[in-house]
Amino acid sequence: MNTLADSETLVAEQGTSLWQDAWRRLRKNRLALFGLCVLVFFVLIALLTPWLAPYAHDAQNLDLGATPPSAAHWLGTDIFGRDLLTQIMYGGRISLAVGFVATAVALVIGVTWGAVAGYVGGRVDAIMMRLVDILYALPFMIFIVLLMVVFGRNLLLLFLAIGAVEWLTMARIMRGQVQSLRQQEFVEAAISLGLSPATIVRRHLVPNALGPIIVYTTLTIPSVMLLEAFLSFLGLGVQPPATSWGLLISYGAETMEEYPWLLIFPGAALTLTLFALNFLGDGLRDALDVRGSGD
Amino acid sequence: MWRFVGGRLLQAIPVILAVVTVTFFLVRVAPGGPFDSEKAVIPEVKAALEAQYRLDLPLGQQYLAYLGDLAHGELGPSFKYPGRSVNELIAAGLPATAELGAYALLVAIVLGGLAGVIASLKPNSAQDYIPMSIAMIGICMPTFLLGPLLVLVFGIHLEWLPVSGWGDMPGDKILPSLTLGAAYAAYIARLSRAGMLEVMSQDYIRTARAKGLPEWQVVTRHALRGGLIPVVAFLGPAFAGLLAGSFVVETIFQIPGLGRFYVQAAFNRDYTMILGTTVFLSTLIVLFNLLSDILAAWLNPRLRGQYGEA
Amino acid sequence: MLRYLPRFLLLLAPLLGLLACSAGESNVAQGNRDGILHFGNGSEPQGLDPHVVTGVPESKLIDALFEGLTRKNPWTLEPEPGAAASWEFSEDRRVITFHMQPQGRWSNGEPVTAHDFVWSWRRALDPAMGNLYAYMLYPVLNAEAYATGKIDDPEMIGVRALDDMTLEVTLNEPTPYFLQLMDHYSSFAVPRATVEQFGEATDRFTRWTRAGNIVSNGPFRLQKWQLNRRIVVEKNPHYWDADTVRLNGVVFYPTENVVSEERMFRVNQLHVTNDVPLAKFPDYRKLENSPFVEAPYLGTYFYLLNTQRPPLDDVRVRRALSLALDRDSLTRNVLYGSNDPAYAITPPGTLGYQPPRLFSHDPEQARQLLAEAGYPGGAGWPGLELTYNTSESHRKVAVAVQQMWKDVLNIEVTLANQEWKVYLDSVSEMNFDIARRGWIGDYVDPNNFLDMYITGGGNNNTGFADPVYDEMILRLAPQAATQEERFAIFHEAETRLMEQMPIIPIYTYASKHLVHPSVQGMPPNLMDFVNMKYIHLEQVPLTEFELE
Repeated sequence: MNTLADSETLVAEQGTSLWQDAWRRLRKNRLALFGLCVLVFFVLIALLTPWLAPYAHDAQNLDLGATPPSAAHWLGTDIFGRDLLTQIMYGGRISLAVGFVATAVALVIGVTWGAVAGYVGGRVDAIMMRLVDILYALPFMIFIVLLMVVFGRNLLLLFLAIGAVEWLTMARIMRGQVQSLRQQEFVEAAISLGLSPATIVRRHLVPNALGPIIVYTTLTIPSVMLLEAFLSFLGLGVQPPATSWGLLISYGAETMEEYPWLLIFPGAALTLTLFALNFLGDGLRDALDVRGSGD
Repeated sequence: MWRFVGGRLLQAIPVILAVVTVTFFLVRVAPGGPFDSEKAVIPEVKAALEAQYRLDLPLGQQYLAYLGDLAHGELGPSFKYPGRSVNELIAAGLPATAELGAYALLVAIVLGGLAGVIASLKPNSAQDYIPMSIAMIGICMPTFLLGPLLVLVFGIHLEWLPVSGWGDMPGDKILPSLTLGAAYAAYIARLSRAGMLEVMSQDYIRTARAKGLPEWQVVTRHALRGGLIPVVAFLGPAFAGLLAGSFVVETIFQIPGLGRFYVQAAFNRDYTMILGTTVFLSTLIVLFNLLSDILAAWLNPRLRGQYGEA
Repeated sequence: MLRYLPRFLLLLAPLLGLLACSAGESNVAQGNRDGILHFGNGSEPQGLDPHVVTGVPESKLIDALFEGLTRKNPWTLEPEPGAAASWEFSEDRRVITFHMQPQGRWSNGEPVTAHDFVWSWRRALDPAMGNLYAYMLYPVLNAEAYATGKIDDPEMIGVRALDDMTLEVTLNEPTPYFLQLMDHYSSFAVPRATVEQFGEATDRFTRWTRAGNIVSNGPFRLQKWQLNRRIVVEKNPHYWDADTVRLNGVVFYPTENVVSEERMFRVNQLHVTNDVPLAKFPDYRKLENSPFVEAPYLGTYFYLLNTQRPPLDDVRVRRALSLALDRDSLTRNVLYGSNDPAYAITPPGTLGYQPPRLFSHDPEQARQLLAEAGYPGGAGWPGLELTYNTSESHRKVAVAVQQMWKDVLNIEVTLANQEWKVYLDSVSEMNFDIARRGWIGDYVDPNNFLDMYITGGGNNNTGFADPVYDEMILRLAPQAATQEERFAIFHEAETRLMEQMPIIPIYTYASKHLVHPSVQGMPPNLMDFVNMKYIHLEQVPLTEFELE
């Protein structure tokens, strides 16, 4: 009992210093800091949108119609004469929430699933990964339609539905990493030291597999934002006049020749988020990389 | 090795059976039936149609009958296209989709892999930022946006390439392949860069360097193998995902492929077509995930022991 | 690993090699030279059996391949001789005698006889056939009873062959639009010998419609059918009026994506498009010699109100919702002026019938009606949901309507888009408050729109029930002595309908196509009907359609 308590404290202490260390290194990485600032800025704007937005989100002016950027409408208006800046600000609230929450769901399930399958191996691995195969193959659209019919339309469901599909690839990547790490000397050393599997996974495998996981996570966030638009077409997700970046981009794509600003500005918002995420992700990876610190 | 492959292939049977069973009942519970149309259907006509498609039998019996047909490789008649069997429709759509998928994957692996590896060799330099920035823009360009954009530039304004078709005019396969491949290329670029960076900091690379091997040999002989593991783990599901993903590209470019059937079947509640394409897709997924696991094992010599080969 | 790189690049070579090639001659240039029309047909047809399929793309193909007893003139929409050379009505207009075309031939050279039609109509009405359009033949005596299994003897159906060349049809009652139905594919003849060669008469799963098997009696015959790619038809030399047919062939493309279709047209890959993207209207209208062809279409776009749910069970609420809509602004701004606002269910000008116009955009009265119903200024409004199936234009209309209701009546209506089959389910189960709906006429007659709202009608979907209305539509109108009297009854019935407002009419449909200047003999019409028999291609200099 005593030793267990000791090792727990040890891990806890190491954990704090690891994160402090990481933060110290992250601060030195200017690109990562830039990414962090952009994200914080976007999140702040999203939180304050109801007070900041220049127009009401559903205010229409049909006779004005779609106009290019002007002094009154900095980013132009859509065919209903609605202010695009306002639309993007409100859309960001939905998209950032969906992006972060659904990805977090996918991350937690996927990493745990993949780590366990990869570490334990054998029959457990086979069963767990075949389950992943089954989920890959189910017709996603029918699944979504059913979800909606059974549970009705709500945002929480949207997060779950997206998380439920996005974790699969995450699990496969994590499993591959864990499998390859498990055979390495430092893990074998840890096993021979008698550390518990949970500790080994947590302390050695997860941190060492972080690189691809962080990258895949940062890739998942924008693809989740776009997936949200598809689900909205199926009826799940946000309904007009509420909007999201994914929806704005898909509407904008339909009129890319006539009203390019309707595509460019929401697209820029999404791209900027992705860049910020990637800089931050790379920075985090470097900062958390215990072994690579010497390079 | 062969025992491993054989074992995995045996595992495929319960996987496919599970997929069929869940899908079979899933589509039946979904609202709307194959014969619903905008104009009200006369009850007698509906009854006659249901009888023709065995829909009047108890659900359990229908399920068993379907399994029986499936065992013979029969996927049944399509609801949406009367007079055509699902086997025939899949056979008609497969060649174009397979070809499109293969080209797209080629584009993805070559462009993405190259970009990722090059970027990883000099992290945080221009050699890193430029390909990675392009990759990130690629990720933000969903196919429904990239396809029409490429057509606009190369088809309409420059008039270099056809705007649609598949195998009708020279060059009409380029834009669809690029469109479908681009998204995957971006993923692969990011993943291979990350994988490479991860590997480059491992002890065995340091050992290799310490031995005095030139850098390019360190990369090709030692790093690439480990560095591509995350890419390979991604490739299995990605290839299967190409089928569903190719729907958008097939629609934009008027390609007579399977993706259109796959997605429209769900919209049409074409029960047999949904099941048929899903069975086909699940077989592909099992195969490609197996292939990607074998590839991962080959790339990672330490894993080989696990699969019964030294 | 990098050792393999050259080999990888080698694999790419064919791709890169293709880049060097040029796009070659366009379809339109080639088609104009060879007399081949390249036709955007919307989607892959379900099939080609006239008694099995439903839908517009199918009808375009079947109209090219087959021919009914009559065929519409595309300019006037009047019935012209088709498989029948002439016909006469009996005194009481209940019996029609069709005289077959003496030179009428199937595409295999066999004569088209009256027996073919008798056999085919029995097939079309056979319950085992599962023909969704069987009801098109219901005006024929005992047709409905046979199709619904109430009688078993096909001899009792009011159609018989007096001899090879004479067909006698007996109707339940005089039916002014009956000749129009003879141009609907559900009444077409199919080649008995060929059908039976490949299976049972009522079998849906046979191969008789495949290229190489199919035999047809229209101006064209099937040459090639490549799934999801193209369907090629060529001129039918056995067609009785082959001298009139000037096209050598038509290629039908399943152009599902309207944006891609427009681009195919712009680079001269198509002569005719099935549709035009909304946002492109202004640009195309501005062109000189614009290829943009728009015409009113026999259909109405409207919202269903569930009259069994409060507060929509109150006629004042229903009228308030309708009066609050500024249809002019909606059609002008959101739909780019291509559609006319609708104020009744029947589209204007159906064979001289003019629907009643009982109201217009009136915010004041709308507010007053809502206040009378107990929601002054929107106070106490319970909230409603507007359901529509996923589509760009439905969304746009719904978004504008939602805001109009909010602005004028200060009430909240939430939007819910649903995937197509879910939406159909919601509508038929009346599981909605307000739902989008469209109705395209099967034939040009007010009856086709007004008989939807009889009590318990299959397409009523609103819970609207009015015995007086039923009486007018089902009994009085069919017995009317003259067309004027009949239209007067319809007018009175439609006035009742619009006073009760179980539906909110929004706009009249319009057909929209891009048509290359070389295409002649394809006039726009109310049915969006294409009679390929009269189309020909003129050699015009090929122009690029340069949009801004």
